[in-house]
Amino acid sequence: MLLETIAKIIAERTDCDPAEVKPESTFVELGIDSLDTVELLMSLEDELGMEIELDQKVETVGELIAFIEKKQQA
Amino acid sequence: MLNGKTAVVTGGSRGIGKAIVLKLASLGADVAVLCAGRLDAAEAVCAECVERCGVKAKAYCCDVSDFEKAKQTVLAIKAEFGTVHILVNNAGITRDGLAAMMKEEDFDAVLDTNLKGAFNMIRHCVGMLIRNRSGCIINITSVAGLTGNAGQCNYAASKAGLIGLTKSIAKELAPRGIRCNAVAPGFIDTEMTESQTDNPLLAAIPLGRMGTTEEVAEAVAYLAEASYVTGEVLRVDGGIAM
Ligand SMILES: NC(=O)c1ccc[n+]([C@@H]2O[C@H](COP(=O)([O-])OP(=O)(O)OC[C@H]3O[C@@H](n4cnc5c(N)ncnc54)[C@H](OP(=O)(O)O)[C@@H]3O)[C@@H](O)[C@H]2O)c1
Repeated sequence: MLLETIAKIIAERTDCDPAEVKPESTFVELGIDSLDTVELLMSLEDELGMEIELDQKVETVGELIAFIEKKQQA
Repeated sequence: MLNGKTAVVTGGSRGIGKAIVLKLASLGADVAVLCAGRLDAAEAVCAECVERCGVKAKAYCCDVSDFEKAKQTVLAIKAEFGTVHILVNNAGITRDGLAAMMKEEDFDAVLDTNLKGAFNMIRHCVGMLIRNRSGCIINITSVAGLTGNAGQCNYAASKAGLIGLTKSIAKELAPRGIRCNAVAPGFIDTEMTESQTDNPLLAAIPLGRMGTTEEVAEAVAYLAEASYVTGEVLRVDGGIAM
């Protein structure tokens, strides 16, 4: 579910097929730089209606999902 | 013109900040005016903007040195104005004294407000600017940060730090079309310099007088629209730091 949301936002941003976005994909592979990740998070905040303050570096989609899941539980 | 833009100005209740708020509003920007405690003064500035320029204006009490408080205030501004296009970090204090006698708390207070305060505001606003893929940040530093000044090691350090912050942010955010510049005033006639009227440095100002708050505000307005200028420190000092 989280993966789908993230895939959709990334696909819109980079014109790729959402199916190409997998947990193991790195943002670099997907053509997403660190400033794009900030933007991605803001779009996610709107989609999920929660506040996500990223205070660490995430390299893969899976790491981002894990980070958000941890926040959701907190 | 800045119509449709939202500007956040810290320390906008009086002095240079007030002149900046009025200038940006006169160019059509909506303004969020932050102050440390004199909310009535900030509200009076807002009322003047609404009356004279017909823009939207709202005052907020926010100690910028408080990371969490800065965050809450930026969230409130976002809820009220939708987004932020221009951030002016103007809030600043002095606690002068010789290094040999300076209290630790006086060093910390100045660094916390002048330098960390600017970081805090940038930290919480920058997501909006990145998302907008445009915007500009203007930090009010001081010639003391360029040249140093006896009796102001804390203040000069905070203002020099602000220049490093300005250039780093300019480099970090240039790929998103976001600009970050600094204005370095010299002696400007405000409450901050009230006690300086017999400072011998005044005689060393090439243009022979103190500057006005409006003259600093002009520089801020220029940088707000200077689309090809980033990472710059613009002196508005009558030539004293040449
Ligand atoms: N005046 C000069 O000659 C001169 C020269 C070079 C640089 N500067 C710089 O220009 C800026 C403005 O100076 P000024 O002369 O206009 O100062 P000022 O008249 O003393 O006004 C200071 C402003 O900053 C606000 N402020 C102070 N601490 C704050 C905090 N922790 N959080 C939020 N707001 C805070 C004050 O709010 P309240 O009204 O609520 O107290 C007030 O609006 C400063 O950064 C200063 O270092 C001034």
